[in-house]
Amino acid sequence: MRLRRNIFLIVLLTALALVVDAPKNYPVNLSLLGNNISFVISSPTLKLGTWERDLNIKQGLDLKGGTEVMLVADMGSIAVENRSDALESAREVIARRVDLYGVAESTVKTVISGDSYRINVALPGIDNPDEALQLIGSTAKLDFRELPEATDSALYSDFLPTNLTGSDLQKASVGFNSQTSKPEVNLQFSEEGGKKFSEITARNIGKPLAIFLDEYPISAPTVQDRIDGGSAVINGEYTLDEAKNMAITLNAGALPVSISVLSQQNVAPTLGADSVAKSIRAGGVGLALVALFMILNYGWLGLVADLGLVIYGLLTLALYKLIPITLTLPGLAGFILSIGMAVDSNILIFERMKEEMRKGNDWSSSMESGFGKAWDAIKDANIATLITTFILYNPLEWSFLNSSGMVRGFALTLFLGIATSLFTGIFVTRNLLRATMSKKI
Amino acid sequence: MNTELKILQPMKYYWLYFLISLSVILPGSYSLIRYGLKPSIDFNGGSTFVWQDSSLTIDDIKAKASELEITVQEISLNNDQFAITTAPLMEGKYQEFKAPTTIELSFDTVGPSLGAELVSKTITGIFLAASLILLYVAYRFKNFKFGASAIIAMLHDSLVLLGTFSLLGHYFGIEVDTLFVTALLTILSFSVHDTIVVYDRIRELKKKHGYLEFEDIVNRAVVETMGRSINNSMTIIFMLLAMYLLGGDTTKWFIFALLVGTISGTYSSTFTAAPLLILWDKLSHRSSILPLSRRT
Repeated sequence: MRLRRNIFLIVLLTALALVVDAPKNYPVNLSLLGNNISFVISSPTLKLGTWERDLNIKQGLDLKGGTEVMLVADMGSIAVENRSDALESAREVIARRVDLYGVAESTVKTVISGDSYRINVALPGIDNPDEALQLIGSTAKLDFRELPEATDSALYSDFLPTNLTGSDLQKASVGFNSQTSKPEVNLQFSEEGGKKFSEITARNIGKPLAIFLDEYPISAPTVQDRIDGGSAVINGEYTLDEAKNMAITLNAGALPVSISVLSQQNVAPTLGADSVAKSIRAGGVGLALVALFMILNYGWLGLVADLGLVIYGLLTLALYKLIPITLTLPGLAGFILSIGMAVDSNILIFERMKEEMRKGNDWSSSMESGFGKAWDAIKDANIATLITTFILYNPLEWSFLNSSGMVRGFALTLFLGIATSLFTGIFVTRNLLRATMSKKI
Repeated sequence: MNTELKILQPMKYYWLYFLISLSVILPGSYSLIRYGLKPSIDFNGGSTFVWQDSSLTIDDIKAKASELEITVQEISLNNDQFAITTAPLMEGKYQEFKAPTTIELSFDTVGPSLGAELVSKTITGIFLAASLILLYVAYRFKNFKFGASAIIAMLHDSLVLLGTFSLLGHYFGIEVDTLFVTALLTILSFSVHDTIVVYDRIRELKKKHGYLEFEDIVNRAVVETMGRSINNSMTIIFMLLAMYLLGGDTTKWFIFALLVGTISGTYSSTFTAAPLLILWDKLSHRSSILPLSRRT
């Protein structure tokens, strides 16, 4: 009964993965018994609240090209010898923003052209270039301003800056107002910032306190009471996306220089189509060799393992589309390689089974104890690798570790590969083997 | 010793295995210290320029570049405009590279896409991960020497890979780039993964045949896991060889790095981590004033 349920689960998952993996609008024309049949295969678009996936595979700059934006920094107020450093720190802030915005596999480079200091941002296939551009280019200089004296008709120009600025911020996050359920941005100050905020609110009770972003007033709530604990809220008429982007720019920090867009253009893929086709063909040959090797070595056990590999490939591809992961040529090579590595648990198990059979055990108990005994090795070996992925991904955002870019992408794909291969290598093959066996008897 | 328990003693020749490792690691490490690695434009930045010339093709430019030993990272063609990115170019060499009839539309200097911060934080990450793996392995195998030997084997593999690319960089101008970093990270994980499989067998045999000498247990474990080790590495090597021989140029050195690392990782699990355990075991017995009672 349990076996039947497990097999059903495997078939169901594979079918779901197939639906997700299906290409978009792929026309099929075939003629069957003189009748022409033509239809279009297409993966569905998923939508769950604010979570939406069109299930197109995201391709990197090398495979599909993207948008390239050239930004120029206004270095007028910065001494000549400090300009390279200022440009580099602006680059880091922009790279962080791009990462937080969720555009994977982008590149951010500094470009010095004569005495013009520029930053080149290349973004692979994004849906909304204007929004991304706005996010990248804004200075994100946050500060709090108070009124020297309470007046009924205060203008924003009457507000004077306090010593509380964006550098006192520890974290900004998006929340929803408990009464209006409109999106708002929650600010959490550092310890130092919390003290300043407490002092400022204490001396401004009953007066408005204005929050300025990039010299532009965004709200001016009236202080009701002294606020300890170091948190504040920015609310107003924001859409969820606007609130999210505000939190991103605040978290990534303020730009040390102001930036303007010099040019924006679409760029062609950096790799030729033939280079991609070559690599895919090479991967196909490699996979066929691995499949053949398994069959030659382990007979029909190998065949079942190969079936497990096919399911592994389908599930991983589906995950890539759902998360989504931006696929580049090296990423593709890594994916194909991970398929080769995914047979490892099967080899461990099958070698164990062979040993058990040599001891004279029957087939079915050899299989069960093969799986049982190999499990310790598989578990320890994979946990060690999972430790590596955890540190490299840095989910807790430790500041002494990397929290951006390619290393993080690597850790995520490695994690997915291990998790999926554990599932197919152990659960799927084991149940498939049991199923074939129960038919034999 | 009972003849029935007589087992192959591959670990008797541990000095030979260490010698083989050293013969690869020493020249590599020497080169690493003396010449270092050849960083690509990803780390160093470079020059990027746009040319306009309807009589040129991408192949012409590539041929000219290799003649002048200029490393070209990217060329793209848009109508009759070529956007070219290379390693930093001196003015003289650039003038040699550019045909007089070619119109230069722009010439810029680009900074690295992999900043120093990313590199140093990644190295911190690797050390932290290595320490945690050491602790985890030591805990799971109830002995510090297991953890330490696994990490030494991992260090062995990274030195082999770094040394190989340092030599390749010095003699053939092969550069290390973003992809190399990825390959190195992959190999570090693979190395430990493979070592633990051998360790697991040692742990199991120790439980079952506690009366055996530690050396015999390790020998037996190595012999028993050999089939799996070879078969598993074969599948990966098949994969990589196919991709190396048939794949595009872009991933060629990435695949090569993985190939070197996989071979080294397979070798080091059996021939570095395992003999280290025996050696460690022997030394710790010798150093104690009263030799621990060794079963005969």
